[in-house]
Amino acid sequence: MTATEPATDVTPASTGPLVSQLKNGLDAPICLTWELTYACNLACVHCLSSSGRRDPRELTTAEAKAVLDELRDLQVFYINIGGGEPMIRRDFFEIVEYAISNGIGVKFSTNGAFIDENAARRLAAMDYLDIQISLDGTDAHTNDSVRGSGSYATAVRAMENLRDAGFEGFKISVVVTRHNVDQLDEFQALADSFGATLRITRLRPSGRGADSWHELRPTLAQQRTIYEWLLEKGDNVLTGDSFFHLNALGDGSPESHLPGLNLCGAGRVVCLIDPIGEVYACPFVMHDEFRAGSVRDPGGFTSVWRESDLFLSLREPESAGACASCGSYDACQGGCMAAKFFVGLPLDGPDPECVGGEGELALADAGPRPTASADHSKPARVPVTLTRR
Amino acid sequence: MLDAALELHPKVAVRPEPFGALVYHYDTRRLVFLKHPDVVRVVESLSDHDNLADVLTACEIDERRWPAFDRAVTSLYESEMIRDRD
Repeated sequence: MTATEPATDVTPASTGPLVSQLKNGLDAPICLTWELTYACNLACVHCLSSSGRRDPRELTTAEAKAVLDELRDLQVFYINIGGGEPMIRRDFFEIVEYAISNGIGVKFSTNGAFIDENAARRLAAMDYLDIQISLDGTDAHTNDSVRGSGSYATAVRAMENLRDAGFEGFKISVVVTRHNVDQLDEFQALADSFGATLRITRLRPSGRGADSWHELRPTLAQQRTIYEWLLEKGDNVLTGDSFFHLNALGDGSPESHLPGLNLCGAGRVVCLIDPIGEVYACPFVMHDEFRAGSVRDPGGFTSVWRESDLFLSLREPESAGACASCGSYDACQGGCMAAKFFVGLPLDGPDPECVGGEGELALADAGPRPTASADHSKPARVPVTLTRR
Repeated sequence: MLDAALELHPKVAVRPEPFGALVYHYDTRRLVFLKHPDVVRVVESLSDHDNLADVLTACEIDERRWPAFDRAVTSLYESEMIRDRD
């Protein structure tokens, strides 16, 4: 009657009837991501939120605390904070401490640039706090080609500072690309060397990723490598359930199934709040089509979660559409809505990375890619020549 | 487990949901799904009675279902959501 898993990545061991219950939605999200700011010191080529510049409409400290009050009343047990680079916000510690003191655990994602020795000590002293350091290669070349020059050294320094401050069990968070699939063992070894936990997630064609996805996405053969690596060595690896589309590679037996809920949780068990308070169905669909409302609306976040037309429609049974005749549909559930949307595929058809090859066929025939609703990227630098008069 | 005097771990929170409840342990960061409202009632009444059998009786759980409740409570005990009462 029960199923337990680390709640930082919600993955009950036994699914079945529970999944159909979860598809109808919950009274409050289990897993809520909150991007605190669009400001970022980096400009990663796959950034889901196209971050760079702060949005002047950003939620104030008081507004952020009011949202946390709501989440406390909804009994949201923990939140995932990201950005942008969340530590850029001057009230970062104030917001995190306010959440924790209200019984809301915090996991935050960072590139590590602001985790100096002092910050590491302050973070290590806090309870109910998890940290995810983003890293996309086990060497500077592989990492920095995606995350920018110097970002590998920055992340490693942050991890050293956390370790030296006694922060135990932080996470190393990796977006799996064509160029780092072969480093999975090395990532695990790196995590082990810091007493950290490895987390790997799927590259999505969202945000700036819409432009880099075609070059960075793992090949079909590499998808099988990821699947087999997770089955063989993934017991202690977090995935955020992001690879459920790979379950179609299994033979249908429980042993061939990656652990996890195996469902698209968008608007059902997960959602995202962006820096200006807009609520989206999941962290990978920051686009007007999947915007449910705003925490600044009269009923606040609670009304958006419980009553918005978008979220109510996402909780209706979905159609298998073009995948209905495929024997693997039960295993992969048609894959990721966001991945389909941003490459111009119909939502009731195959995932662009369908392991049966249907995605490749569909891509050849795909409609136009949707226009980005927002881009917070910093403008390209124009070289300025200083002249002396 | 039927003879045991039990209580929810103090670092555990129970959130009611249409299917039952979510149970979260702030220390272990584990999340558990209670998939039936009856299990939720039992879990929330643990500390009101001398032992689990009395809890099941008080919650009017049919004795034929006791083994299933025993297993569910045992599972929660093993994941430290529930502990012995001093």
